Amino acid sequence: MSEYIFPEKNIISIRDLGRDELDYLVETAWAIESGRIKPNLNGRIASLLFFEPSTRTCFSFESAVKRLGGEALIMKGTNGTSVQKGESFSDTLRTIERYSDIVVIRHAVEGAARLASEVIDIPVVNAGDGANQHPTQALLDLYSIKKIRGTLENVKIGLVGDLRFGRTVHSLAQALSHYNPEFYFISPSFLEMPEHIKNELKEKGIKYTELPEVEPVVPELDIMYVTRIQRERFADSEDYERLKGSYIIDKETIKGAKEDMKILHPLPRVDEIACEVDSSPHAYYFDQAENGVYMRQAILSILLGEVK
Amino acid sequence: MKQLKVDAIKDGTVIDHIPAGKAIQVLKILKTQGNHPVSIGMNLPSTKFGAKDILKIENHELSAAEVDRIAIIAPTASITIIRHYEVAEKRKVSVPEKLENVAYCPNPNCITNAESIATRFKKYKENADGKVDYMCNYCEKIYRAEDFKIKLG
Ligand SMILES: [Zn+2]
Repeated sequence: MSEYIFPEKNIISIRDLGRDELDYLVETAWAIESGRIKPNLNGRIASLLFFEPSTRTCFSFESAVKRLGGEALIMKGTNGTSVQKGESFSDTLRTIERYSDIVVIRHAVEGAARLASEVIDIPVVNAGDGANQHPTQALLDLYSIKKIRGTLENVKIGLVGDLRFGRTVHSLAQALSHYNPEFYFISPSFLEMPEHIKNELKEKGIKYTELPEVEPVVPELDIMYVTRIQRERFADSEDYERLKGSYIIDKETIKGAKEDMKILHPLPRVDEIACEVDSSPHAYYFDQAENGVYMRQAILSILLGEVK
Repeated sequence: MKQLKVDAIKDGTVIDHIPAGKAIQVLKILKTQGNHPVSIGMNLPSTKFGAKDILKIENHELSAAEVDRIAIIAPTASITIIRHYEVAEKRKVSVPEKLENVAYCPNPNCITNAESIATRFKKYKENADGKVDYMCNYCEKIYRAEDFKIKLG
């Protein structure tokens, strides 16, 4: 690997990472996947503290730790833990710090991972804090786009679905904004991209177009990033029934797509991508999930100083 | 400057050019209630703003922290320290780059409202209308300064 020294002690928010850091993370994930480097976490312990259960993300981190030869202490939910007995978050962290070399935190309360990083000295990775950030998801998305296209520059990407509450699409937009993308924001009007994200893009001179349906732009896209619209977001169920069809991607939707257009999805999927799409060459979401393990291996190895 | 509609004071602080109607709010965030004589002028004519409020606090010079708090509610305010009926010092209220434990985070799902820790905000944006947005260091949500609930003491 290059002589680059990763400047961050933790991965808390995509906002903390500049282009150099993003490039380095992506490059390291590729070095690990391709077998060019083999970081070794033998004898190292990662605590995976999932205050809010998320089996998928937890498994992905656990798989990353184990593939690196490390061990994981896992908390899924707070049932039967000291947290349930009323222990403060800070005290839980200070105790876990004594048992492990790195902490991965998922928490329903926003800012929990940031606070953890201030309370303890070992590295902290944010695996999702409420509606705020999920930086490792954005990083694995970047890695996927890099693998698909060979470059992160100038991608034409459509973000489809719930762009208002979906933290994944916010972090991804922020991460990609270092690489001169062109965005298409496709959502119902009441679920559109928040003003502050659009302002940040405007200030960086990044082009985006907002539209209510995906079909007209399908032929333009290099990447279609689909997220779920939760029924609860709709004020009345009639609206939901009327609109949901516009945001279900099936073979018909992607008929006019470029041959090498790929569909990404943070998973789990419910019905927003029809199963018939899975067998098409455009489907990339399961590869994307696999990429998550390489990216998390990269993150753990870098923060533990094992990428040499 | 026109003659103030409230009497001159011997020692203390005059806070002028408070947006009309905000004087009481400004007074609330200062640690002077009950301790010092305070005169309030409200809805006084102002060439700059049409109308303004004024506060005069006797025998109290504002601390830097108090000036920061005022900046959140009344960024247009000007502060004059009076000693022996003379202007001893003028302090410009400036928009603070950081708010250290000055305000509560309005986001109910922010960790600062769940754990007993200090809040921290950093300036995110000064808008064209002069209003300022801050970002919470923890939940990363962005709020207009005037929407903050100020922490007292
Ligand atoms: Zn907050």
